[in-house]
Amino acid sequence: MAVCIAVIAKEVCSYWAGTKACTPSTCGPAPYTFYLQVFGHFFFSPLFNQNYPLYIRSVPIQNELKFHYTVHTSLDVVEEKISAVGKAMADQRELYLGLLYPTEDYKVYGYVTNSKVKFVIVVDSSNTSLRDNEIRSMFRKLHNSFTDVMCNPFYNPGDTIQSKAFDSMVTAMMVQAS
Amino acid sequence: MEAHEEKPIIYTMENKPIVTCAGDQSLFTSLYTSLAQQLPREPMEWRRSYGRAPKMIHLEANFVQFKEELLPKDGNRALLTFPFLHIYWTDCCDTEMYKASVKDDMLRWQSTLRLHGSVDWLIVVVESEAKKKNKTNILPRTSIVDKIRNDFCNKQSDRCVVLSDPLKESSRSQDSWSSFLTKLRTLLLMSFTKNLGRFEDDMRTLREKRTEPGWSFCDYFMVQEELAFVFEMLQQFEDALVQYDELDALFTQYVLNFGAGDGANWLGSFCAPVKRWNGLLLRRPIDMEKRELIQRGEASLLDLRSYLFSRQCTLLIFLQRPWEVTQRALELLHNCVQELCLLEVSVVQGALDCWVFLSCLEVLHRIEGCCDRAQLEANCSHTVGLWTYATEKLKSLGYLCGLVAEKGPTSEDLNRTVDLLAGLGEERPETVNSLQSPYKKLNEALSSVEAFEKHYLELSHAAMEMYRAIGRMRSARLIGKSLAEFYMKKGDPERAEGFLDDSLRSYVAEGWSLQVTHTRKQMAECQKLLQQTEDYLQTSALLAGDANLTVEERKHFCQEILTFASQPPAPSDQTVALSMAAFAQLRQMQFSPPGAVVHVGAALQLELRVRCLMPVAVKVEQLAATLHFSLEQGGARGRAGSAQRRTGQGPQGQGDGVVLFPQGSPLAGAGMGASLLPALELYEMQDRSPSDSSLNSTGVVCKNMHLLLRRHDSSASLDTSSVTLSLLVALSFSLPPLSTLSVGRVQFVQSHIYPVVQYEVYSQEPQLTIEPLSDNLLAGIPQKVKFTIATGHYSVKKGDALQLSNTDSMPILHSSCCSATILSSTGERVGESALSIQSSEKVTSISLPPTPPYHTLEFQLEVLCHIPPTPFKPDIERLTNGEVRHRPKSHADRGMINIDQKVSIDCPWSIYSTLISLTFYVPFKAKHSILSAGKRKYIQVCLQNVSDTIFHLADPVLTDTHTSSLSHSLTHLFGSSLPQTVCSQQSVFCLWEMRWVERLPLCLQCAFSASFAPVSASDAHTAFKPYRYEFQLDRVSTLYSLKAEILPPSGDQHCRTGTLCGLEVSITRQAEPSETEGEEEESTEIEGLRTTKLMYEVVDNSSNWAVCGKSSGVVSMPVAASATHRVQMEVMPLFAGHLPFPNIKVFKYLPHSAVPAIQPDTDSCLENDTMSLLDKGLDDQGDTASIRSRGSVHSVGSGEQQRVLPMPRLEPFSPGQVFYLSQGRQVLVLPVTDDHVMEVNVT
Repeated sequence: MAVCIAVIAKEVCSYWAGTKACTPSTCGPAPYTFYLQVFGHFFFSPLFNQNYPLYIRSVPIQNELKFHYTVHTSLDVVEEKISAVGKAMADQRELYLGLLYPTEDYKVYGYVTNSKVKFVIVVDSSNTSLRDNEIRSMFRKLHNSFTDVMCNPFYNPGDTIQSKAFDSMVTAMMVQAS
Repeated sequence: MEAHEEKPIIYTMENKPIVTCAGDQSLFTSLYTSLAQQLPREPMEWRRSYGRAPKMIHLEANFVQFKEELLPKDGNRALLTFPFLHIYWTDCCDTEMYKASVKDDMLRWQSTLRLHGSVDWLIVVVESEAKKKNKTNILPRTSIVDKIRNDFCNKQSDRCVVLSDPLKESSRSQDSWSSFLTKLRTLLLMSFTKNLGRFEDDMRTLREKRTEPGWSFCDYFMVQEELAFVFEMLQQFEDALVQYDELDALFTQYVLNFGAGDGANWLGSFCAPVKRWNGLLLRRPIDMEKRELIQRGEASLLDLRSYLFSRQCTLLIFLQRPWEVTQRALELLHNCVQELCLLEVSVVQGALDCWVFLSCLEVLHRIEGCCDRAQLEANCSHTVGLWTYATEKLKSLGYLCGLVAEKGPTSEDLNRTVDLLAGLGEERPETVNSLQSPYKKLNEALSSVEAFEKHYLELSHAAMEMYRAIGRMRSARLIGKSLAEFYMKKGDPERAEGFLDDSLRSYVAEGWSLQVTHTRKQMAECQKLLQQTEDYLQTSALLAGDANLTVEERKHFCQEILTFASQPPAPSDQTVALSMAAFAQLRQMQFSPPGAVVHVGAALQLELRVRCLMPVAVKVEQLAATLHFSLEQGGARGRAGSAQRRTGQGPQGQGDGVVLFPQGSPLAGAGMGASLLPALELYEMQDRSPSDSSLNSTGVVCKNMHLLLRRHDSSASLDTSSVTLSLLVALSFSLPPLSTLSVGRVQFVQSHIYPVVQYEVYSQEPQLTIEPLSDNLLAGIPQKVKFTIATGHYSVKKGDALQLSNTDSMPILHSSCCSATILSSTGERVGESALSIQSSEKVTSISLPPTPPYHTLEFQLEVLCHIPPTPFKPDIERLTNGEVRHRPKSHADRGMINIDQKVSIDCPWSIYSTLISLTFYVPFKAKHSILSAGKRKYIQVCLQNVSDTIFHLADPVLTDTHTSSLSHSLTHLFGSSLPQTVCSQQSVFCLWEMRWVERLPLCLQCAFSASFAPVSASDAHTAFKPYRYEFQLDRVSTLYSLKAEILPPSGDQHCRTGTLCGLEVSITRQAEPSETEGEEEESTEIEGLRTTKLMYEVVDNSSNWAVCGKSSGVVSMPVAASATHRVQMEVMPLFAGHLPFPNIKVFKYLPHSAVPAIQPDTDSCLENDTMSLLDKGLDDQGDTASIRSRGSVHSVGSGEQQRVLPMPRLEPFSPGQVFYLSQGRQVLVLPVTDDHVMEVNVT
């Protein structure tokens, strides 16, 4: 059965963490030119980019596009949930966001790390073997593996994940899930 | 409610638990109103079985007349019609009457109840005063009740209640009412608990049988629903909902099991093909049609689900949880679609879409019905899912029925539409009159293309609007994109474009490449239809280079560009300019020469490396680069600076002139930012306090801040120490802000290049520099200097010459073999030619060899700077032609004295003279001193080599320059006259004795001279150069001699530590005062005797001695030869051993009347502490010890104050005027006794 697993980059690029005053969304054109002067690099690179996929894989491959659309749209709900959680209880944050929203064909589950990297798992609606607990443990595994990737000193935070270990873990998970 | 009319008694919300009334009906009727009013007034706690939480409920009851038919038959499990309590009413107060009729009636009633197993009954005896009074033969009122209790309430005396005067307003009546009501409620609840408990047990038993073959879900459904009804009747909606949820879960589980291959027989009825898809019906509390279908076992899956959901919906709305309805509705709809699929139910294509569409709208209508507008708007997030779902379904219906196609529906489509509409059946009576019912909407939408469009757009826009309102922009764009698809299908690309553009932008911005590709393909199609050639070609270019597409697709788009490019341009057409980023990538740029700095007229080679992103080879016809010219007046910036900047440009600008451009296509944005920028290097910093190592502060330090935070538009900071400042005009070209590749009519333009690449073209003024060959130029010996001429734009012609003005202090030495080297701008040696130097009296002329522009000419010359003879004073400054200026400032580290020598040069390229300053250092430092032995005088000269060079020194001579008289002579005592080697920092001492015949002159002008030559000099003899040092000596003759004697205490041979010894100081006048000296010496004439006052002071700096009593004093000395003054003092040795004598100092003591005249040339300065001691008027032999203490209070001692106040002053003698005989003498001091034990261990 179809499964899609995605890791999506955090919202604000790490270089801007801490510079609260001028996140790209809040600033108009004026601060933009300011960036241009100080960090010439940023102008041509799509660094304001956020929520881009660090890793996304789905089986079967034919539905890839639909999965991508689903995952991308689910970010809306992820953001909504994160902000709602942020308001409610910042301390004891539950990383697992649960079922983001059901569609006719798929169930979309979300998970967000403390550093706001998002994990999204999409499974077939008809896949009844995957209950909440299974999805939870899948996310936990994914998170562990992702942490390993981040610990790799040769990995540049923000790059797409090309780790073989991560890939094989995802493969194993997909085989198990489908 | 509507259902009310259909089924009068049950199934309405007015349902109440049934309580039967037997006995006196008229009595009951009279009490009914107040009973029905008062029963629900107070809540009762309902304790329930199975650990369910107790609840407070308000009881109501439907009081009906007792009939035997009301009692449930065996096996009838209907709970709603179940009478929970039976009450017998009587107002009998007459025993006779009781016995006669009432008792029998009661018995009958009881037996009927017993027959049906009902034990929930109550007998109410109503008493009234009025009735009692009417009767004559009244028994005591208790007797009837007692009788009844006796007869019927076998051990259950509480089953009989007395209600006294119920219609009267008395406290007694109220009390009896309340106790009656309490009893009634208690019994009702007891009955509920018992009967419901029994019912639940039965139900559970039935459920356990579900694995048995004959079990039917529908039957069970009816049973459990009965329970739900009862809970609903008791207003326990939560419990009622639980019943439905349990049924829901049970059914779902069966369907899932069916999917897993474990099919139950009864599920077969649900697997029947779906014939009706008329959606949910939520307007009735209970949809009896569907209920009956279920009851008969004829319901389809959709029927069951619809009914179940309508009940859940009703209860949720009772519970005021409308948003749960929407959420559950969406789940239900998704679930039903899945379940039908799982059960492999055959459904007409599109039927489910109809059902879902209708259901979504029905739910939305229902919600709208129970919430106001503000609530709805605030809860968009709950309803928007349904809106979207409805939109999707309508869209797919539209596609199915050919309503989206440009040509309209075909006949096949129409047939399909008819079939679908047939399945909807008739419109329900509830909505027939409403204009906007879901049924009507669907009917209308499917009826015509225009209506469909209207409804579809309406829904889409509503959903989009809602998504926007709650900030779900991605979802809104997704709908927009499907709208765009719709418009494209309708052949309306103008409207599609905006939506596509919006989506594309967001996908590009967020870096989702697959979506970008997909949307871009749609965009290309749209633009092609719109004939936006330029945009289309641009999109095609992007798609042709898109790795997500297949090679064929990419080739197709590439071909589109090439086809356009090859078309002959129409006269009106301009060439099309596209962004180059999609077509090709600039990877690398290499400059040759690598510094990218060339002078005017030189060639600069630029190698570009461009990567083509097209899938096929493309022939580029032209490549052009546009340069941005910027003129920089690099007045302060030297060549060296710009070269430095280039090399230090960061990761991209490497030293070898290669500029690398960041990789990656514009849409693969993930990770690009990181590779562009050097990563932050952060380090943790902790500041701990040194004492207890507790943390004071902590922080993060960025180590490569300079890389991250810097301006890129200007030069790096200049290191001024290594930059030669020159007049330089640098023309820097930023290359290329615009580069163009053109293929036929198509041009690919890259408007910016990052990092900015630039090269510099400079034009340089000719420039002359003179530098020493060695580190320091030494004065006094010939030194080589290097002349460098950077020709710049000037070409040196034959006959051009440098004209150097000659100066006396720095002649230019000729050397025969003098040749100039010509270097090219890159530092290669081009040629060499001889220089001819002609010297006239004033000018030295150096004729230069012809040199092309931007070359360097180098040659060396020898110059000599004469050492000025006297010790330099700051005011000595000669302005000659050569302008010599001596700076007394010594060389920083070694105390070398330097001389700035300026040379004025006339250059052929300029009408102005060039002034160049050379600094020479004097290699020697000379010091002189005068030494005395009694009256004899010696002069010592010390010459120190302060340079690094090793010199030979010869012929040291000291002469008296001033008088050269015979009255005195200098005899060389010490210091070899032969050449001797003086190394760096080595000193040579020479000593002369001064002899004189009559008297010594007051002032001596001396000159020391010697010859020196560097050891390395080839021709030692000629190389010797003179060194001269002139100095003046004043007041050299000895005036006083001091003698000190230390006398051991009387009776002792030696001094001992701790005992006082005498110190005798004798001051002896050595010479008659001379005329001149007499003026200087302050003398007073008392009784014909000229005396002068001296102050002496015993100073022991090494603290060997303790001076007891006075240590200083003022004595009057007669101004006569051999006049002696003795002073006795007491000192105490503090240590044993050979102690040096304490030091004794003598000063001139000038009374306050004297004009202050501190000589400026005195070598030793005044002892400040003694000055301050004596700032008070002193008596001749005043006790200085006491003054010392007093004086310390006033010890201000600043020079100004002394000048203002008429106070005595002290003035030291010149060196040599006072001779201290006991200098260096020692005296033996013995330790006191042998009581100091010293332990010496020898191992």
